[in-house]
Amino acid sequence: MDTLLQQLINGLTLGAVYALVALGYTMVYGIIGLINFAHGEVVMIGTMVAFTVIVSLAGSGMPPLMILGIGLLISVVVCMALGWSLERVAYRPLRGAPRLTPLITAIGMSMVLQNVAMIIWGRNYITFPPMIEKHIFHIGGATFTNVQVAIVTLAALVMLGLIYLVHRTRLGMAMRATAQNPQVASLMGVDINRVIAMAFVIGSALGAVAGCMVGSYYEIAHYQMGFMLGLKAFTAAVLGGIGNLAGAMAGGILLGVIEALGAGYIGQLTGDFLGSHYQDIFAFIVLIVVLMFRPSGLFGERTGDRA
Amino acid sequence: MNQVRMPGVLIALAASVALIGCGKKEEPKAAAPVAAAAAPAPAEVIVRIGHVAPLTGPIAHLGKDNENGARLAVDDANAQKITIDGKLVKFELLGEDDQADPKTGTVVAQKLVDAKVAGVVGHLNSGTTIPASAIYNQAGLPQISPSATNPKYTQQGFNTAFRVMANDIQQGSVIGTYAAKDLGAKTIAIIDDRTAYGQGLADEVEKAAKANGAKVVAREFTNDKAIDFKAILTKIKATKPDVIFLGGMDAVGGPMLKQMKELGIKAQFTTGDGGCSPELIKLAGEASEGVICTQAGLPADKLPNGQKFLADFTSKYGQIQIYSPYSYDAVMVLVDAMKRANSVDPVKYLPEVGKTSYDGVTGKVEFDEKGDIKNGAITVFEIKDGKLVTLKSEGGAMAAAAPAAAPATEAKQ
Repeated sequence: MDTLLQQLINGLTLGAVYALVALGYTMVYGIIGLINFAHGEVVMIGTMVAFTVIVSLAGSGMPPLMILGIGLLISVVVCMALGWSLERVAYRPLRGAPRLTPLITAIGMSMVLQNVAMIIWGRNYITFPPMIEKHIFHIGGATFTNVQVAIVTLAALVMLGLIYLVHRTRLGMAMRATAQNPQVASLMGVDINRVIAMAFVIGSALGAVAGCMVGSYYEIAHYQMGFMLGLKAFTAAVLGGIGNLAGAMAGGILLGVIEALGAGYIGQLTGDFLGSHYQDIFAFIVLIVVLMFRPSGLFGERTGDRA
Repeated sequence: MNQVRMPGVLIALAASVALIGCGKKEEPKAAAPVAAAAAPAPAEVIVRIGHVAPLTGPIAHLGKDNENGARLAVDDANAQKITIDGKLVKFELLGEDDQADPKTGTVVAQKLVDAKVAGVVGHLNSGTTIPASAIYNQAGLPQISPSATNPKYTQQGFNTAFRVMANDIQQGSVIGTYAAKDLGAKTIAIIDDRTAYGQGLADEVEKAAKANGAKVVAREFTNDKAIDFKAILTKIKATKPDVIFLGGMDAVGGPMLKQMKELGIKAQFTTGDGGCSPELIKLAGEASEGVICTQAGLPADKLPNGQKFLADFTSKYGQIQIYSPYSYDAVMVLVDAMKRANSVDPVKYLPEVGKTSYDGVTGKVEFDEKGDIKNGAITVFEIKDGKLVTLKSEGGAMAAAAPAAAPATEAKQ
C-alpha cells in the first residue's frame, strides 16, 4: 500500500513537469497546427540559463530562494526571447508552406539548439546547485520532499494562470479566434502574426519554468536532456488531445502516473515476463490504446478541417 | 549573388591551403602508413591510429577522457622519436565519435578502415565495441579496447580483438563476492541499464552473489539516458535489500543515489567501473558517501609510472575520469608491437600484439590466447569524504611488485 502511494507521488511530480512542457506543444499546435519539436530544447536552454545565473549569484550572499527566483526570472525571459526568435526566424517564413516543411525545420532547430548548448555549456553533466534545502516528509510509509511540493504547486498555479489568460483576456480571445480560422480572424482585425508569436513566447516561458523544475528536482542538467523530455511531453499532449489545454495537463499527469505504476507493477502483472525496462513502452501502449478508441485524444475536440 | 561568388572563394581557399601545404615538410595526405614519404634526409612516415569513443551524449565526458589518454600517448610516442624500418615515425590520432550507439559504432569503424589507420584504440562501450570488432577483424586491423569489459568481445574468435582491462566475469565475481562475503549481504537488488556492459556485468554479479549465498530480491532495469529512477527504486525499497548493485555508468548512478536518499533507502550502493569515477561523486554529491565500487586494474597512484602519467595528464587535461590510463596503455601497446615487428603494416605487426609484454601505467600488459589481459586486477574502492579510497585489490601479478626500473628505461628508448 505504501509502495502504491509512493509510486503515485513519484508519478504526480513527473507528471506535473510533463504537463508544463506539454502545454508548450499544445498551445502552438492549437493555433497554427505545427508540432514544435524544438520545444524540448527550449526547456533545456531554460534549465541551463537558470543554472548559469544561480551559479554566478551563489557567492553573492543573497538568500537562496531569491537567487532561485532571479534564476527562474532570467531563464523565463531568455526562453521567451528564444521562442520569439524561433518563430520569427524558422517558422514565420514557412507559414504558407506544406505542413511537412515547418516540421522538418523544427527538427533542424532542435539539433541547432542542442549543439549550441553543447558549445556553451559543454558535454558534461552539470550539477544544478541545490538552492532549496531538501526536507523529506513521511506520509504513511511514503516520502516526498518540499521540492516536489513546490513543483506540483507551481505547476498548478501556472496552469490556472494560463487558463485564465486564454479564456478571460483579449489576447486569449484573439488566440482562440486565430485557432479557429486565421484568415477570418485577421479579417476581423486580429493581428495574427502577433498572436502566433505570443503563443510561442508564452509556451517557451512555460518551458523555462518546467526546465527550472527539472533542474532543481533532479539537480542535474545536460545538453541532451530536452530531447526525451520533449518526446514524453509531446506524447502527453497527444494523449490528452493535442491543441487542448486541459488535455495537455491531464495527459501529462496521466503519463507520469502511468510510467511510475508501469515500472512498479508491470513485472508483477505479467509474472516477470515484462520487466521495468518496458516502463517507456508501457506509456506508449496506453497512448496507442487511447488513440484507437479516441483518435483525437482524451479531451480532443473534433477539429474538423483544421489539424 | 552568393551562389555565383562561392566558387571563387573556394578556389581561393583551396589555393591558400595548397600554398600552406607546400610550406610544410610533412605530407598531410599520407594516408597509408606504408606510403613512405619520398622526402629528404630523415625519412618520415605518418602512422595514424584510430580512436573511437562517444564524444557526444550522456557519457561524452568519459569519451573525451579516453581520447585525451590516447592523445597523451601519441604525444609521448612522438617525443620518443621512434624509428621503424629506418624511418622516423610520426603518430597521429584520428579521433571519432560513436555516440555510444552500436549502429554509429559500425559506421565509424568502417570510416577508420577506409582511412587506412594502422590500428584502433576503442571503442569505449561494450555495446559499440562488439559489433565494430567484426569490421576491424575483416580488415585485419588490430583493435585494443581500453574499457569494453563485456566477455563476448574477445570470445568471437577474432585474432584482432584485444583489451587492456579485466573483463566483466572477473569484475562481476569480485563485486558479487565482496557484497556477499565482506559486506555480509543476505539480500541484493540488481539494476542494469540494458547496455551490453551494464547487463553483462549485472549478470555476473548476480551469479557470484548467488554462489556466495546472497539472495537476489529484485532485478530492475533502466536505460542509459534516464534520469528518473524513483519508480524502480520504490519497487526495490519494498523488497528491503541489504545491497543494491548498479550495472551502468556514472551518469545514471549520480541521480540514482540522490533519489535513493530522498526515498529513504538505506541499502549499501555498489557499482562497477562505469560508475567508479569522480564524476559520480560530483553528480551525487553527499549521497555518494559510502558507495562501494570497483575498477579493473590497479589504482594509478600505486604504480611506478602511474605517478608520471597522473602528473602529465592532470597538467594537460585536468582530472582523470576512469579509463584514460587504459587508452594510454592501449596506444603504447600498439606502438610497442610496431617497434618489435619493425613495421607499421597491420599485417606484419598484428602477430606481435598478441605477444605483448609491456609495462604500462596500469600494470603489466600481457594477453592470453583470446586477447584478454592476463591476470587483470580488480580494485575495490569506497567513496569517503568525496574521494575514491582503495579498499583492496584482487588478482594481477602486476608491475607494482616488479622493479620500477623497467618502465623507466622504456620511456627513455
